[in-house]
Amino acid sequence: MKPTSDVFINNSREALVNDTLQEALAKLAQGFPLKRFNAVSRLAEFDDLRDAARDIKTDVLNNLDSYLEKFEAQVIKQGGKVHWARTADEACKIIVGLCEDAGARTVTKSKSMIGEEIALNESLEDAGIVPVETDLGEYIIQLRKEPPSHIIAPAIHLTIEQVADTFKEAHQDYPADRALTEPRVLLDEARQVLRQRFIDADVGITGANMLVAETGSIVVVTNEGNADLTMTLPKVHIAVASLEKIVPTLEDATTLMRVLARSATGQDMSVYTTLATGPKRDEDQDGPEAFHIVLLDNGRTDMLGGDFHEMLRCIRCGACLNHCPIYKSVGGHAYGWVYSGPMGAVLMPNLLGIGKTGDLPNASTLCGKCEEICPVRIPLPDMLRQWRTRQFDAAVTSSKSHFGLKVWAYMVKRPLLYRFFVSFMLSNLRKFGRKGRFNWLPFAKGWTQVRDFPAPEGQSFIHQYLMSQKRKR
Amino acid sequence: MNDSTQMTPPTVGLFVTCLVDLMRPSVGTAAMKLLGDAGCQVYVPISQTCCGQPAYNAGDLLDAQEIAKQVIGDFAGLDYVVAPSGSCAGMIKVHYPRIFKDNQDWLERAEELSARTYELMSFLNDVMKDPEILGDYTGTMTYHDSCSGLRELGVKQQPRNLMSKVPGLKLVEGAEAEACCGFGGLFCVKYPDISEKIVDAKVDDILATGADTVLGGDLGCLMNVAGRLTRRGSDVKVRHVAEVLAGTTGLAPPIGHPKPKVKG
Repeated sequence: MKPTSDVFINNSREALVNDTLQEALAKLAQGFPLKRFNAVSRLAEFDDLRDAARDIKTDVLNNLDSYLEKFEAQVIKQGGKVHWARTADEACKIIVGLCEDAGARTVTKSKSMIGEEIALNESLEDAGIVPVETDLGEYIIQLRKEPPSHIIAPAIHLTIEQVADTFKEAHQDYPADRALTEPRVLLDEARQVLRQRFIDADVGITGANMLVAETGSIVVVTNEGNADLTMTLPKVHIAVASLEKIVPTLEDATTLMRVLARSATGQDMSVYTTLATGPKRDEDQDGPEAFHIVLLDNGRTDMLGGDFHEMLRCIRCGACLNHCPIYKSVGGHAYGWVYSGPMGAVLMPNLLGIGKTGDLPNASTLCGKCEEICPVRIPLPDMLRQWRTRQFDAAVTSSKSHFGLKVWAYMVKRPLLYRFFVSFMLSNLRKFGRKGRFNWLPFAKGWTQVRDFPAPEGQSFIHQYLMSQKRKR
Repeated sequence: MNDSTQMTPPTVGLFVTCLVDLMRPSVGTAAMKLLGDAGCQVYVPISQTCCGQPAYNAGDLLDAQEIAKQVIGDFAGLDYVVAPSGSCAGMIKVHYPRIFKDNQDWLERAEELSARTYELMSFLNDVMKDPEILGDYTGTMTYHDSCSGLRELGVKQQPRNLMSKVPGLKLVEGAEAEACCGFGGLFCVKYPDISEKIVDAKVDDILATGADTVLGGDLGCLMNVAGRLTRRGSDVKVRHVAEVLAGTTGLAPPIGHPKPKVKG
């Protein structure tokens, strides 16, 4: 999809007046954070686990090359194959090629953010291959031709009525007057439709939450079991993941799993946790005949060792979205691409360039909630600020605010001039501020559009202090 | 020299903060009174202006560094530096050392300042231990935990401990007391529509408590909340917690309210 992050402000304004979206966001705001809180409260060692999870990922990033080599060697040993993709294009070509080699007409897919990042469905369709999303949320947004609005709950922006309308339009074989008001009924209908698709698929494509170096396994967590059908029924299984998803051992994978679901949905564990290691063996009753892993870089190795190195610890739990006042106000689509929330505002400028994503690091109050709850303790606010520093240094900050800031800083650094100006300004404001507030002020439209501007009390504190010192003498 | 058997009162530099200095000097007066009542000798370096946070958060690291150097100089030699703001105290305590990470000389000076800098509520409660609170205020309050104080400095229980010493003050907690108010410095003027949504949620939470007054420790947030409350026609009052604790609410009307007319 073509990113629209460059028109974030317009996107956000539209989101704020979209009543159904606001209804859906209000539900999210009341749901996920409380569920996480309860799950975390039940586990006394949760904060220690966060430290352990952070340390695992820190070690992975410091030794990424050796772990990746180890992983590849293990995958080969288990009869699988690893494909290295530097860019989104390369990854799509590899996957389309593998599908074509398998003579695939339809492929099933379980939810994969890397699949979204590389726009895999578009590439498959261009090659005449029909991709079928099997995660319920992904299935819904595929029918609606929309990008995901949340990294773990892609259709969270929709209300049940909207999903019902989508199903009525897509599932023409069903009676038009059927009742679709209960989530359970919608789910059953999607399951029925998807069942035959699972059986028909020639290739199954999954993502991977983790890649285990010591065994060459991939770990996939879902709540629907759709990934299991996707990877076991077709004769070819392709997993696509980014490089930093590696973990050294199965033990490490379990540590990360203990913080992942709790942070994401407030579950102790997701309903399905599946490890896939190589293709079907002779003694296995079922499983794919071929097992491919496509490892995507797409700018990540450029982040290693730099200012955004720690962002690569991210395990994509979505907690920072669920707790972010900005995300909860405008939802995921406003961010204009496949990621969103604080993690998206840090990651997307790395992947798309800061030129087209300039608003994302600025549209934050730096409230620090994301860092407070991040399971791998990524200093997200510092990184947002780091992007602002880069923008300022490159002078891409809007010239008006750049100039204003420079004038302000010039005075702040010259206390006498500052005092003179402050005195002048306050005595003027005082003349007009008799009501105790202003509902309009020149040069402060952004403030007064939303709220009154409280009038200053009178002379500055320092002025009053100096006067009182004089009187004492 | 004082009698050597008597404890020398600690010297405290009051970092007034630019917002209190310009907008609400009575908070500075309240802070001075609280510190004085707690037995501190208070100094107000008159060349102080701002901590530099607006520059820092806008990505202007160079100006932030220069302003930080100025603050480090202004407050040299005092036992403590105290600010009636979690955000400005956090800037000095947490971020000054970060902005000098590549400058060893200034890093040491920034760390030295950081170690003796406190937000007002945490200084009174944690350093001065159980100070006498002379405030007297009758009303139902709710408290807004400002983000920087809460998450950078761990200011949570301290203002509540101190408020519990004020007779007549009843505290009703908002369900979302720890939620951001949508101020965010320049954020609120750059993205007013999003800021409106966030501050409205904050205001709704405040109104749901039924409190007649909102207290907080950061003037930026309080001006934002007060401005939205009056814009929505609410008469819920907003004040800095220091005013209530110091018993100086007579010095100024609630934030954004007119001065009472002098009779006669």
